[in-house]
Amino acid sequence: MNWEELNSKFPEAIVEKIKEVVKKYNLSDQQAKKFISIVEEMYEKSKFEPGEAIGVVAAQSISEPATQMTMRTYHVAGAAEIKVTLGLPRLIEIFDARREPSTPMMEIYLKKEYNTKEKAVKFASEIKELVVEDVVKSSVVDILNFQIELILDEAAMKNSRITPEELAKRIKESFKTEVRAGKTKVVVKLKEDIEIKDLHKIKNKILSLQIKGIKGIKQTIVRREGNEWVILTLGSNLKKILEREEVDATRTISNDIHEVANVLGIEAARNLIIREVTKTLEEQGLDVDIRHVLLVADIMTVDGVVKPIGRYGVAGAKGSVLARANFEETIKHLTQAALTGEVDKLESTVENVMINQVVPIGTGMVELIYSPKKKGKK
Amino acid sequence: MIESIEFKLLSPQMIKKMSAAEITKTELYDADGFPVEGGLMDPRLGVIDPGLRCRTCGGRMGECPGHFGHIELVKPVVHVLYAKTIYNILKSICHSCGRYVGEKFKAEKNKKLCPHCGAEIKDVKFEKPYAYKIGNQQVNPEQIREILEKIPDEDLPKLGIKGGRPEWLILTVFPVPPVTMRPSIILETGERSEDDLTHKLVDIVRINRLLSENILSGAPKFIIDDLWELLQYHVATYFDNELSGLPQARHRSGRPLKTLAQRLKTKEGRFRHNLTGKRVNFSARTVISPDPMISINEVGVPLMVAKELTVPVVVTEHNIEDLRKLVLNADRWPGANYIVRPDGRRKRITRENAEEIAKELAPGYIVERHLQNGDIVLFNRQPSLHRMSIMAHRVRVTPWRTFTLNLCVCPPYNADFDGDEMNLHVPQTIEAQAEAEILMEVQKHIRSPRFGGPIIGCEQDHISGCFLLTQKDRVFTREEAFQMLCEIGMRPGIDFTLPNKKEITGKELFSMLIPKGINIEFKAKACRGCEKCLKEKCKYDAYVVIRDGKLICGVIDAKAIGREKGRLLDIIERIHGTEEAHKFLDRVSQLGIRFLDKRGFTCGLDDYDIPEDALKEVKKYVEKTKENVNKLIEKYHKGEIEILPGRTAEESLEAHILGELKKVLSFAEKIVTENLPISDSLIMSQSGARGSLVNLIQISTLVGQETILGERIHRGYRNRTLSHFKWGELSPEAHGFVKNSYKSGLNVYEFFFDVMNGREGLMDKSLRTRHSGYMERRLMNALQDLKVEYDFTVRDGRNVIVQFVPGEDGIDPSKSDWGKLDVETLLLNTMKVSS
Repeated sequence: MNWEELNSKFPEAIVEKIKEVVKKYNLSDQQAKKFISIVEEMYEKSKFEPGEAIGVVAAQSISEPATQMTMRTYHVAGAAEIKVTLGLPRLIEIFDARREPSTPMMEIYLKKEYNTKEKAVKFASEIKELVVEDVVKSSVVDILNFQIELILDEAAMKNSRITPEELAKRIKESFKTEVRAGKTKVVVKLKEDIEIKDLHKIKNKILSLQIKGIKGIKQTIVRREGNEWVILTLGSNLKKILEREEVDATRTISNDIHEVANVLGIEAARNLIIREVTKTLEEQGLDVDIRHVLLVADIMTVDGVVKPIGRYGVAGAKGSVLARANFEETIKHLTQAALTGEVDKLESTVENVMINQVVPIGTGMVELIYSPKKKGKK
Repeated sequence: MIESIEFKLLSPQMIKKMSAAEITKTELYDADGFPVEGGLMDPRLGVIDPGLRCRTCGGRMGECPGHFGHIELVKPVVHVLYAKTIYNILKSICHSCGRYVGEKFKAEKNKKLCPHCGAEIKDVKFEKPYAYKIGNQQVNPEQIREILEKIPDEDLPKLGIKGGRPEWLILTVFPVPPVTMRPSIILETGERSEDDLTHKLVDIVRINRLLSENILSGAPKFIIDDLWELLQYHVATYFDNELSGLPQARHRSGRPLKTLAQRLKTKEGRFRHNLTGKRVNFSARTVISPDPMISINEVGVPLMVAKELTVPVVVTEHNIEDLRKLVLNADRWPGANYIVRPDGRRKRITRENAEEIAKELAPGYIVERHLQNGDIVLFNRQPSLHRMSIMAHRVRVTPWRTFTLNLCVCPPYNADFDGDEMNLHVPQTIEAQAEAEILMEVQKHIRSPRFGGPIIGCEQDHISGCFLLTQKDRVFTREEAFQMLCEIGMRPGIDFTLPNKKEITGKELFSMLIPKGINIEFKAKACRGCEKCLKEKCKYDAYVVIRDGKLICGVIDAKAIGREKGRLLDIIERIHGTEEAHKFLDRVSQLGIRFLDKRGFTCGLDDYDIPEDALKEVKKYVEKTKENVNKLIEKYHKGEIEILPGRTAEESLEAHILGELKKVLSFAEKIVTENLPISDSLIMSQSGARGSLVNLIQISTLVGQETILGERIHRGYRNRTLSHFKWGELSPEAHGFVKNSYKSGLNVYEFFFDVMNGREGLMDKSLRTRHSGYMERRLMNALQDLKVEYDFTVRDGRNVIVQFVPGEDGIDPSKSDWGKLDVETLLLNTMKVSS
C-alpha cells in the first residue's frame, strides 16, 4: 500500500485511523484500496462548502449552550483547592480578553530532577509571595519618636522561615533607613525630613513590601497529577516563573491571555484561548465542537494582538461603517466616517441587509458572469 | 444595485445648493391651516398629505422623497457631534498660520513656537459640551472658524480629515430636513401634532431671527452673546439631546425630545430596529400544540391561516386548468385571493367575480393561491438562538386554530406547549422555495453543527415505548405485530416483511424499522459499567448489537434513538442519508407511542415505595453522618479542625461538613438502585426518557443538602437561618439539610430551605439569559462576516485570511460523527468484512 499518497489526501488523524482499521480487519490490498476510495468520498462529503457562513454557525454553537450554563462564579476545583471563575462569567471574561482575569492562575510543571514531593513543596513555598503584612500582627505609628513599630506574628514568621533580622534587613535595603530588630518586633526609624501626613502612606508601603517569593503569587498548592507533582498557583507571573531553574518551561502555563501573549507570543495566546474555552465548556458538560472554538480564537488573534470580541476589538475593527454603526456607538462611527471620508464598499453581511440587497454569503455569494465572445478578436 | 456608500461632510455651499427653500418663518401654518411658504412645513420640502403634489418635483406622496431646505445662521455655531474633533484639531495646529504642528514645535523659554511661522502656540482647553479656551481666552465659533480656515489642504490628511474642510464643522448654514422625515400627525381631536424635530427646528429659526433682529438694532453685546449661546444650545440638542452637561430639551408635556441621535441609536433606533430588522408580509403567528402523528417535517396550519397566506404561481399552459379551479373556489379553500395581471395590476378574487376572472386567466398571469398541503414554509420560534430555530416544514392544513408540530422537533426550537407561540413564513419566489427545501427542511438539520450529533431525536414516551418494546422477553403474535407496523404507516411487503414465525419478539419487530445494512455495536443507557463487559451476554441486556439492520441483542433506549446521544439514529443519518433518518424517526417515535397505548403507561405514588428496612438503613446512615458532623463542629470549637490551605477555620469546617453530607446522597443512591420497585417511573429514568436517579431519590428517600451558591444555607436572620434554630447553630438541620423525602413531606424549615434553593435557580436563570444574550450579540457581530471562500480559506469582511483550512481539517461538524470522520463505522457499514 502506498501510505504516502494518503497523507496528501487526508488529514493526519484520518490516515492513522485508516491504517489502524486496515490492520484490525485484515483487509487485502484490493479491499483496502476500495475502502480508501469510500473514505475519500465520505471525506469530500464531510467538507465545508464554499459560502458557508462558518462564523455565524460558530457564534451560535458557542452562545446557544451558554444559555444553559450556570452563573455561579466560583467553583472549588477538586477537593480542597483554589477557587476559580467558571461557567458563563469565565467565558465572557475570555471573549472580553480582560487585562486581568478575575482569578489568575498558573500551572507549574517541574523538570524531572525536581519532581519529588519535597522539592515541589519547597519550590512552592519559595515562589509564594510574602509581604511584610503577612508576618505582622499589628503595626503602630509612633509619632513621638518618629518611627513605625511592627509587632510580629511569630507563628507566621516561623511558617515562612524568616527571622526578624532578615526582615529588618530587607526593609532597610528598600527604605534606606535605620531598622532595629527585636525578638517580637521590628522598629523602623524614619528620616527627619518626612512630613507627618505621609507617615501613614509609608506604613502601608512597608506593609506591602515583598520579602520573599515571586510577585503576584498569592497562594500555591502542590498536587499530584499522574506520576508527577504539579504546582497550582493563585496569581500569575509567568515571566518570573519561567526564569526559574526548576520549572519545565515547555508545559508551564498561566490562564492570563495577555500575559501569555506577551511572554510566549500570539500563537501561545491563541492556544490558551482554545484551551480555556474548551475547559470551561467541558466543565459545564456542554458538547461543543472544537472547530467553533478554533475560529473564535483565530479571529481574536488574527491581527497579531489579542483583540476582545466586542466594540473595542473585533466588532469595532470591521471594514464597513454601517456594520460598525449597527453594533454599538452608532453616532461616533457615523460622524467619524464623514470626517475621514470613508467609503463603505458593502462587501459583507449587515450593510447589505440594511439596504435590502442580497447578502454575499452562502447562496447569495454566487454571481453569474456571462461574457459573450467577441467576433474577430481572440 | 448599490455598490458603495460614501460618507462626507456637507459644505455650506452644498447645503445651499441642495436646498429647495430658505426657511425664515417660525409659523408653520397660516390662519386657513395651509403651510406657510418659508416656514418649516414649506410645501417645497415635500408632501406628507395624500393627494397633494410636491411643489419641487411634482411627485405624489410616496413618490417624492422630500427635499432639504436651509436656514442661514446669523452667527456660526459648533456642530456638537464634532466638538471633540474640533478640539483635537485646534490642539495640533498653529493658530496663526494654520499649519499642522503636532509634537514638532520649537521649545523656547517655556513657550512652544510654531516651526513654520514662529508664532507662539497656546494651550487649548475644551469645556464640555462646546466651549473652547485658547490660552485663557474664551473663543467663539466665529473665531474658531477663522483659525480652521487657515489650515492648508495639504495638511488635512495629517489631521485625519478626508471628508471635507475642517471649517465646515462650524455651521454657518443649517440644513433643514425634508418634511417626509418629520411628518406631522393629526390627532383624533383634529389638532395637528408636530414631530419632535420640527419643534426643535422652530426653536432654531426663532432664536436665529431674534438674534438677527438684535444685531441689526445694535443691542448690547451681552444680549447678543446670550442669544448666540441659546442658538448654540438649540442646534446642539437638535443633533443630540442626551449630551452630558446640557439640560435636555423638553416637550411641553415634560417628555424629553427625540432628536437626531436618539432616532438612530440603541435597540429601538433606526439602525437596529428598522434597518437590520425588517417587517415582512406573508407570515402568521399563533399558539402551538403537539401532534405526534404528523411527520417531523410537517406543520399543521389552521384553515384560517391557510386561507390568508398565499403562494404566487405563474400561469402557464400546463397549470392553467388547475389554477382556474382555484380561482373559481375563491375564498373556499383551496382557492385563491388575488390575481396579478401581466401589467402588474392586481385584483382581489371574490365569489362574485370569480367566474369572470377565471375566464380572463391566461398564461403570464400570476395567481396568489391559498396555502395547500405540501407547500414549503419556514417555521420559527424566538429566541432564535441557532440555525435550527428556523426550519422549513411542509404544510398540512388542519381545521383547528393552532399550529401543530411533531414532538421530536421541540428541542431544536426549544418549544413546549404551555402557551408558546411560533411564526410561519411563506417564501414567495421559486428560488426561495427551492432554497428552503434544499437547505432548511427539518430532516437536513437532524445533525447539529454544534457537536456533530443528532439534535432531533426521540423524546420521552417514544423512548419509554421502544425500551419496553425491545425488552428481553417481549413477544407478540404475528397479527399484533402486523397490526402495529401497519398502524405506523408501513406497507407490508414493501416496507417490511415479518419473519415467518408465529410469535414475533419485540426486537424482531423493532428490526423492521432499521434500514438494511446497518452494523453497529454500542452500550445502552442501562449499562452499569461492569469491570469486564460481557458484551452480547450482558445480564442487563445493555449491550446493543445490530447486524445488517437486525437488532440481535440489547435494549433500545436514549443511547440508541434519543437526541444528542442516539447512536442508531446517528448511523442511519450518516450512512443512509437524511431522508432515511427522517423516515426512521417518524416510524420509531410513532411505534413507541403505539406500543405504550397498547400496554398502558402511568406512574403513581407507589412507584416510590421503598421497603421499610431500606429506609431505616438510610436513616441510620443519616444519624451516623450527623454524629460525624457534630464531631467536626466540636473539633472546630476546640480549634482542632484541619485547616485547608488558603481558607479560614470556618470555611474549612464548612467544606468538611458539606463533604460529609454529600456522602449521604451517594449512599441513598446505592439503596435506591437496589430497592426501588420496578415501575413506570423507574423505566422512564432507566431508559433515559425523562427524570434522573436523583429525582427518584429525592421523591422516595430523602432530599439531601440544599445549597445556595454551592454552599450550605447561611442567609436568613442574625446568626441563624430561621427562627427555629439557636443562635450560631452549625448542625446540618440548621443549614439546609433535608432528611425527609418529597413523598414523606418536608417539615416547615425544610420547606423553606427547599424553596430558597428553588428561588436561587429562578434568579440564576433570569440573570443568565441577559448575560448570554449580550455575549451572543457580540460574538455574532464579531464573526458574522466570516465565510468559506471558493479556495476553501476562511476570510472575514476585510478579506483577511483567518484560517487556511476551515476547522483545520476541512470537516464540517454538521456533516461529521461528533466532529470526526468515523472510519471504522464507515467500513462496517459499507463493506463486508470480518475481524
